[in-house]
Amino acid sequence: MSSSFTQLCLQYRSRLFSKTVATTCRFSTQFHHCATLTRLPTKILNGSSVISGNRTTMQARQWWKQPMFCYRDLTARHLATEAKEHKDTEQLSKADVVVYKTPALPIRDAEMPVTKGQMSLDLDATTELSALELISDEEALGISIPSTMPPCSTSLSDYVDQSETLSKLVQLGVKLWSLEQRPNVGSMLLRLNFNTDVAPKLLFLKEIGVEDSSFGPIISRNPFILTKNLQQLRSRVDYLKSQEFSSENVALMVSRAPYLLSFNVKRLDNRLGFYQKQLKLSASNIRNIVVRQPKLLSGSLEPIKENLKVCQIELGFKENEIQHIVIAVPKVLTVQKRKLIQIFDFLHNTMKVPHHLITKFPQVLNSRYLRVRERHLFLNYLGKAQYDPALPNYISLERFVSLPNETFCTELALATLEDFNLFQKTL
Amino acid sequence: MTTPAIRMFRGLEGLFCVYKPSGVHWKLVRDTIETNLLKGLNATPPQPLPQEVRLLAHPVSETEAPKGLTLSAVSVAVLSKHPLVTGPEFQHIKVGVGHRLDAPSSGVLVLAVGNGNRALNGLTTYTTRVTRDYTLEGEFGTATDDFSHTGRVVERSTYGHITQDKLDRVLAMLQGVNQKALLLYSNVDMRSQEAYEMAAQGLLGPGGKSTPILTGLRCIRFQPPNFTLEVQCLNETQKYLRKVVHEIGLELRSTAMCKGVRRTRDGAFTLQDALTHHHWTASDVKQAIRQYHSSKKKRKETHTKIKDPALQLPEETAGKKTETYNEAAAKGGIK
Repeated sequence: MSSSFTQLCLQYRSRLFSKTVATTCRFSTQFHHCATLTRLPTKILNGSSVISGNRTTMQARQWWKQPMFCYRDLTARHLATEAKEHKDTEQLSKADVVVYKTPALPIRDAEMPVTKGQMSLDLDATTELSALELISDEEALGISIPSTMPPCSTSLSDYVDQSETLSKLVQLGVKLWSLEQRPNVGSMLLRLNFNTDVAPKLLFLKEIGVEDSSFGPIISRNPFILTKNLQQLRSRVDYLKSQEFSSENVALMVSRAPYLLSFNVKRLDNRLGFYQKQLKLSASNIRNIVVRQPKLLSGSLEPIKENLKVCQIELGFKENEIQHIVIAVPKVLTVQKRKLIQIFDFLHNTMKVPHHLITKFPQVLNSRYLRVRERHLFLNYLGKAQYDPALPNYISLERFVSLPNETFCTELALATLEDFNLFQKTL
Repeated sequence: MTTPAIRMFRGLEGLFCVYKPSGVHWKLVRDTIETNLLKGLNATPPQPLPQEVRLLAHPVSETEAPKGLTLSAVSVAVLSKHPLVTGPEFQHIKVGVGHRLDAPSSGVLVLAVGNGNRALNGLTTYTTRVTRDYTLEGEFGTATDDFSHTGRVVERSTYGHITQDKLDRVLAMLQGVNQKALLLYSNVDMRSQEAYEMAAQGLLGPGGKSTPILTGLRCIRFQPPNFTLEVQCLNETQKYLRKVVHEIGLELRSTAMCKGVRRTRDGAFTLQDALTHHHWTASDVKQAIRQYHSSKKKRKETHTKIKDPALQLPEETAGKKTETYNEAAAKGGIK
């Protein structure tokens, strides 16, 4: 709207500089003509009498403005009208979006005879529109308002209100802000159609027993499920079921490791085979481990191989000990190598805990280094650090690690929490 | 418009201190604090979504109106402002770190949140003189390449001849040397009235950057081969302090290494205020910062008498020594 106004102003200016009275006369009559005519299309909008009134007054103003141009000296006066017209645009911009479009039509028409040579684009538009004709309500509704969607954007938030898929995904609880930071995911989501792409996948997830509340987190983690072929997804789930994973377990695994569905059957088979070969465990034990730590299937295998070697060579566990540790705490396979070594070093070399005791309480390998250190030092300070079950005042490693601070202080250290806090500040 | 999260953030702005455990890099401490604060801030109830009036077309049954469509104004929630779309309200907060502590050392580490960083700049850029207290754990008999107990051993020696008396003598000598350096860096003529007045108030000291200066040094535990030193210093690094332990060993015709550096005070922040790593949550930090603000107010009230906040803390023997030294100097000037 405002751009058409400025165009109009530009036209006026060029006109005025040419200073031919005859043309301006024609121009003014032209304007008069359209002002009278354009009262008709104002009825396009039903129920907006205020707006149509507004528009006609504007037209009238423009109509009486023009003759003044013709006879007086020009540029200064022209600037004044320009300002007035700006006011008009402001007035108009207060009105609703739908109103914007219609008054633009007659004004363009008014432009037309003036611009001829210069504005071929507008010419084309007017021939198509033929705005002076009375149109019916349906057609008026049919006039498409150019949407405010930008053609390209760095954020999905510009499209959420317009796109049905995105707004439905938001209602599902998908974290769009984190997805849009991944390369190409944003445009992939925009291209999806909710009914044909998204809904069947959601129904499929529902079918295999995933809870409704975890749809959002699953898609936030692995949005590529939505682009996959439904047949492929089904075959993967069928494969897992054929490996005697129960359907609840499959649902649990999918919701905890959404990338499981992106792996083809052969890859899944390879991975299950890898664990069976490396750990030499029975199938039921492998299943048990994988259900409890599904990331073993979806994550990288390299760190797991490395951890196994570290346990074997660097930490000196025997094969059966490793098997026992892994069955009890599968997370040991996925923790960082550096942390594993650090905590083992402290347990074995500072706390003097032998290998067989660590195998008995493998949870200690999964706990925080700082926690183990400060607790051991506190017990040591109190003279209670005694981890040998054969001697009196034995403190079991499991309780040592798993108890929360309060109960640790009262039950194991027989001290108060404040003492423990103060002790931490002396380390 | 202020949201609950912004209001909470305003309450979080200021200085506080944490107890850095040894073996953890200060950057990790900073990052943990930042993520914990962000978690606390973003857990506040989100703003209700703004409503937007939109004209939606409703198909009307054909019998009523042959023309079919009517527009109706419906207010719809603007989904583009949904927290799942815009992301959490706070994604970064400025968390500044005061004078650093390197990874193997532990102790009080000052952190600043939001506009507290401005106050922190004053503390770290040498404009105000801030002394810090350390306790150093040492052990005679070994020397390592990086002066700490984790380094490679380069020398072993006997330490049977060392007595507490000898150690104290060396410490006093070292403190005397540092006292001279303090006067050297204070950029005042020692024979002037100005120097006398500053010394009487205990304000003598380096105006800006200087080499590390130990203003106080004493032995608080002596059980050979282990000993513990208490140090007050200016512009130091932890590596320098380890080197001091090493040099004390050499001075005693033996060798020594530093087993631990622990900062017990940084400016006005003491161990009592420090938060241990179980308490690095938004609520605890908020409380610590509130406490800091209230204590600052109190200090300002008392400060009308004493000008310099940094050197108000007593430096025991060091402060007294300067005074006596300068009194003597001033008297000499008068004669």
